[in-house]
Amino acid sequence: MGFEVSQSGDVTLVEVEGQLIVGNRQELKQRVLEQLEGGDRKFVIDFSNTGYIDSSGLGVLVSLSKKIREKGGELRLSSLNDDLRTLFELTKLDTLFRIADTKEESLEGF
Amino acid sequence: MANDFVLELPTDVRSIEHAVDYVMRCCERGDCTSPRVSLNLRVGLTEALSNAMLYGNGHDPSKRVRVEVAMDEGCLQARVIDQGEGFDPDSIPDPTTPENIEKTSGRGLFLMRQMLDEVTYNDQGNQVTLVLRLGQGSALEGGAKA
Repeated sequence: MGFEVSQSGDVTLVEVEGQLIVGNRQELKQRVLEQLEGGDRKFVIDFSNTGYIDSSGLGVLVSLSKKIREKGGELRLSSLNDDLRTLFELTKLDTLFRIADTKEESLEGF
Repeated sequence: MANDFVLELPTDVRSIEHAVDYVMRCCERGDCTSPRVSLNLRVGLTEALSNAMLYGNGHDPSKRVRVEVAMDEGCLQARVIDQGEGFDPDSIPDPTTPENIEKTSGRGLFLMRQMLDEVTYNDQGNQVTLVLRLGQGSALEGGAKA
């Protein structure tokens, strides 16, 4: 379980390995906020290798999206599996985020 | 019932993932192997444990959380009991309304209610019972209740 942070042009790509849950949500938040404070404004969080996100993880994504928008940036999401997409649809968070099928699609035109 | 068991957990959110994985493995051994069990029960149990530790026990490491699981024919039941003072579940607003959609918390109970067939609290509000039926028309169909 962890987070891989890389750059693709001016976009910061964060890949979540394992689960995004109450036990590790603060680590993701801290990693992204460090990049935001460092001047990054475009973020993609990719869930290709993510099995599960709990409500705390969803809350952190909402919090990060707000903070990034306040700085004039944008947070996009990609590669939700069927279970994760169900959670986003139930909570209507699919209306709050721009969600792409793949990270490549998310990065295109960002 | 032969497949009943009890877990006693410390108030440590790092224990949630392991506890839920253990329950899921027990379900598999008890022939509760539907892919929907792995999502619906996982969601319900994870959120119930998280609520119990964060809000019920208030992060207090001296308090514990008890989990009672019963697997019967066609039915899974999990009861999560914390040592807090309890809360009023009806006081939690709908997190999907426009005024709440950008709030960073308040989705746990909503998800539990969406994913399980029954979610009931005791009068004090420190014990929640989750029921997942495995038969036709249950919350297993399509991953969430219709």
